[in-house]
Amino acid sequence: MSAPGSPASPAAQAWARLRARPSAMVGLAIVALVVLAAILAPLVSPYDPTLQSYATIRRPPSLAHPFGTDEVGRDILARIIWGARASLAAGLVSVLIAMAAGIPLGLAAGYLGGIVDGVISRATDAMLACPFLILAIALAAFLGPSLGNAMIAIGVTAAPLFVRLTRGQVMAIKTELYVEAARSLGIREWRIAAGQVLPNVVPQLLVQATLTIATAIIAEASLSFLGLGQQPPAPSWGSMLNSAQRFLSNAPWMAVWPGAAIFVTVLSFNLVGDGLRDALDPRAR
Amino acid sequence: MLGLLGRRLLQILPTLFFVSILIFGLQQLLPGDPALALAGEDKDPEVLAQIRARYHLDQPVPVQYLLWIRGVLSGDLGQSIRLNVPVADLILQKLPVTLQLAAMAMAIALAIGVTAGIVSAVAKGSWIDYLVSTLSLVGISTPNFWLGIMLIFVFAVQLGWLPASGYVSPFEDPLQSLATTILPAFVLGNAIAGVLMRHTRGAMLAALSSDYVRTARAKGLRASTVILRHAMRNALTPIITLGALEFGTLLSGAVLTEQIFTIPGFGKLIVDAVFNRDYAVVQGVVLVTATSYILLNLLADLGYVWANPRLRT
Repeated sequence: MSAPGSPASPAAQAWARLRARPSAMVGLAIVALVVLAAILAPLVSPYDPTLQSYATIRRPPSLAHPFGTDEVGRDILARIIWGARASLAAGLVSVLIAMAAGIPLGLAAGYLGGIVDGVISRATDAMLACPFLILAIALAAFLGPSLGNAMIAIGVTAAPLFVRLTRGQVMAIKTELYVEAARSLGIREWRIAAGQVLPNVVPQLLVQATLTIATAIIAEASLSFLGLGQQPPAPSWGSMLNSAQRFLSNAPWMAVWPGAAIFVTVLSFNLVGDGLRDALDPRAR
Repeated sequence: MLGLLGRRLLQILPTLFFVSILIFGLQQLLPGDPALALAGEDKDPEVLAQIRARYHLDQPVPVQYLLWIRGVLSGDLGQSIRLNVPVADLILQKLPVTLQLAAMAMAIALAIGVTAGIVSAVAKGSWIDYLVSTLSLVGISTPNFWLGIMLIFVFAVQLGWLPASGYVSPFEDPLQSLATTILPAFVLGNAIAGVLMRHTRGAMLAALSSDYVRTARAKGLRASTVILRHAMRNALTPIITLGALEFGTLLSGAVLTEQIFTIPGFGKLIVDAVFNRDYAVVQGVVLVTATSYILLNLLADLGYVWANPRLRT
């Protein structure tokens, strides 16, 4: 994107359009809040998230424990705040993995065409044919249960989304005049791909990345719910929901908060992603 | 139509080949000695030797693949180490349960999503449109398993109207079967309803601004006739393809939903297999879901062409 400061730059225009959308700004504010809570967890968390206390087992929400306590007396608010770290890290890292794998492959497929495109595209089709969560679960199961492996599993599963998007955009862009011009100047192919074609794909990639973070956060929570993500006693929203299910009849608050945290965070990322899409592509509305 | 079928079949062969590589490759991810990992907790040397022989672990990897794919093509998806039954039998036994859930979920999703999409397109820009769009985003953002747990809390724990878990086959007791599947089907349908709504709204908006709808309006036809008979019929064709695409979402959702409602279907099968380190079952489930997804999309493509005579070439 162009340098900040030039008022008419496409980025500045897109930002102005994004600011005009209240839903996207609300989403952005909540995302910022969750990120802050995750970073400042040691400062803002009221208790140690792993501190067990037999005096406070399954206490309903109160002044001392606004979200209540869980089956071993841990403060749920503290676990939600610390759990934001696992969810956000998983969302971010797995999307970075997906982009690091997907964008170069998509660029190669779209730009080079021919047999390279054939192989990459069929492999992409094959991965997209496996339902997202089922493939992520299978990968995580074979890699072994840990938060790091869950991120790898989700990242690999999401990579085809970026391959397909990059490939499609590159195919559309590579026949444009300015790419032809660069080619006629004798600039090497990979420099054209990285220097001329890639920057024009950035807006779409940004939208896809934001929406994929939302998907990845749900996927991480699902894997943790199944015991394939963050390992206890470290807090994560998914594993909190898992233990909450066993105490649904006498401690429903244990299920309410982690689910609400996932929902609000995912909704916010989706709001920002939708807002970005409309802001970056005014023709879509 | 036959030519199209042939062309599409040729196209999906390489994809199926990559699917098989991917699923076979999962095995290579196992840390350490694969025989040890495949045996799970059983460290009996005799069992290990059996596993090495069964998966041809003494052979080079490409040979292992060829032997494995030969088995798959003849219907042998391996043996469940935990239950000691063929994986194919397990899958055949669990599949109908998930298909029942999926069919009910799809019906619910279509009823909610298509209706909401049409209403929202007709009322474009109004508060109804805004409300429906917001609700669809809320639906897409709600984690399936959380919705399931909350519904169990309300309808089973608090109200006591429906059972919290379990499954009854419709052939045994249709009413009881409905009672055990309606909540999970709603949870699954909810995830797709939002997506269907967005697409229906988009397709309806395009149809409503088209020439033939303007002509129909100009003829003085009633608004309801124009919307339901002219615009909707054309707008709904892409929904066929979308329905097939969302089948994957359904199966993904079924994993956690079946786990929460303890429904003995496909999703529960893979989760139990993961817990038991029953890797052959995990591979079998992924293989069957991916293959059926590819075939379903082929059917959807053919259905799309069948519904659009102009595409028949």
